Amino acid sequence: MKKEWTGPLEKIDEYRYRIPKSYKSGMRTSGIIYSDERLLTSIRQDQALDQVANVAFLPGIVGSSLAMPDIHWGYGFPIGGVAAFDMEKGVISPGGVGYDVNCGVRVLRTNLKEEDIREKVQDLGWALFREIPCGVGSTGRIRVSDSEWQEVLTKGTQWAVKKGYGVSEDIEHTEEEGAMPGADPDKVSHHAKERGRKQLGTLGSGNHFLEIQVVEEIFDDEAARIFGIEKGSITVMIHCGSRGFGHQVCTDHLVYMGRAIEKYGLSLPDRQLACAPVNSKEGKDYFGAMACAANYAWANRQCIMHWTRELFEKVLGRSPKDLGMDLIYDVAHNIAKFEEYEVEGKRTKLCIHRKGATRAFGPNHPQIPKEYKAIGQPVLIPGDMGRNSYILVGTKKAEEESWGSTCHGAGRVMSRHAAIRLTRGRDIKQELAEKGIIVHWRGRHTLQEEVSEAYKDVNEVVHVVQGAGLSKKVAKLRPWVVVKG
Amino acid sequence: MEKYKILEHTADVGIEAEGATLKEAFENAASGMLSIMIDPEKVEEEEESYSLKAKGRDEKEVLVAFLSELLYKYEVNDLLPKRVSISLLTDKELKAEVYGEKIDLKRHTIDTQIKAVTYHQLTIEKNEDWRIRVIFDI
Repeated sequence: MKKEWTGPLEKIDEYRYRIPKSYKSGMRTSGIIYSDERLLTSIRQDQALDQVANVAFLPGIVGSSLAMPDIHWGYGFPIGGVAAFDMEKGVISPGGVGYDVNCGVRVLRTNLKEEDIREKVQDLGWALFREIPCGVGSTGRIRVSDSEWQEVLTKGTQWAVKKGYGVSEDIEHTEEEGAMPGADPDKVSHHAKERGRKQLGTLGSGNHFLEIQVVEEIFDDEAARIFGIEKGSITVMIHCGSRGFGHQVCTDHLVYMGRAIEKYGLSLPDRQLACAPVNSKEGKDYFGAMACAANYAWANRQCIMHWTRELFEKVLGRSPKDLGMDLIYDVAHNIAKFEEYEVEGKRTKLCIHRKGATRAFGPNHPQIPKEYKAIGQPVLIPGDMGRNSYILVGTKKAEEESWGSTCHGAGRVMSRHAAIRLTRGRDIKQELAEKGIIVHWRGRHTLQEEVSEAYKDVNEVVHVVQGAGLSKKVAKLRPWVVVKG
Repeated sequence: MEKYKILEHTADVGIEAEGATLKEAFENAASGMLSIMIDPEKVEEEEESYSLKAKGRDEKEVLVAFLSELLYKYEVNDLLPKRVSISLLTDKELKAEVYGEKIDLKRHTIDTQIKAVTYHQLTIEKNEDWRIRVIFDI
């Protein structure tokens, strides 16, 4: 099913390429790809660039259809796609957010250094693996009443903290303070609610993970000081999303929006691009449901983080406060939001879609925590289990150029079956152990499917967004303990 | 004629199902979907059954709604759909009986979690036989 993309690409500079508007009749604007020559070779391997062009067909698109260097093929929009739409003439699309609404990442700092836990790291790994529900079909241990359930969907992290899963500082250090405004549980189907209720407080499977990491390198001393990390510090990264809840919200609203296509006379190059005017009933309904899924995901990550703190306390015999287990930040990388930008000299509210892209606001942006005003919003980039992850900060340049957006991770380059074939006969656990990485997993094929070679090198991806000025490197992290579903 | 075969995709996985009738192709698509989740040999069909309805504006929507409903029943009620018997199929609706069993982690290993049924490259074609292609988000 794979074929190379051979469409036209104009080189703008070392890190920017353009798909001209003339590529396909019907494109309303050009496509801009953030990449270097090296990554382009793998980007061209699938039809993701055609999807960048398809997004440019959508009514009311403002600026170009953008793609980050970790772009790969997705449903409708590519993963790594960013697009802004006019609030009056533009559309909102579930395909521009993805099935896993508010899939995202958070990072906790600690007072611990590598040597402090060397003796206990195995115990920590086992405790996290045993106690934090993960893997296919895992169910959570949180049981909520009907009225509380509404609160999970409208208040997200704020619900969790109120229930004792965390502290108030966690709220301030979460994008949107962990509760998207506009969440409307009435727009969520019974099916979605049923799927979600069982899975609250679970990590899930696939590329999602919980890692104990070591700070391997610091690039920006000032930002690192503000985040409370230095070389050799221990961090914990949690990468997961809205589980079956978000998937069902997307599935349901693709059906409603399929109907809207005719109603509003839209002509689309791909059914997965189903969308509706931002201000239509269908558009507003989707936003209300999507915001519930986003809040569900924030509550989910918050609970998982809370248990992580408890398990560190249990294993190390020191309180989370004493261990300094503070949340640095939590970002969403599959989401649609209303944000304001300068458009032709006028401050304009737009509907921004980020699908496999991270918000990257620069210094002094009003929506970032006060502690980070001087350095910009933390941007958290998870890599594959054998290489690195990153902490970056957002920039003014990103606000001016890419709707305050940057990359989100490594991006798959190989199908799961191909990864299994590639690794046949190899002992991945042993290979990782030789690099000093301890891995715990549940699924029969998880280690094969998630092998490093199945992903782009996150180091190259981050090199491009830094080169293009969309974010700045602060710290490079390496995995020590990996827990996967 | 093969009932179904597995298709590969960078981030996901799909199936191609065939049938002498559209109904049979739909039933085989359900079997194909199950085979991605678990080894079908390990699932009994005697234990549990339920009735299922799906609606849509055309055959494709009916197919997506049908397979999505099987997934929902799996996630919420732990029901593995070993066999589906469709009693009614039009381009607007479907009615079926589903036979299978509840997941038992002592005997069942779930290989892949299918999270959603997509419209991407979805085709329902009739040549000599009916052929369906559908891609799943995993």
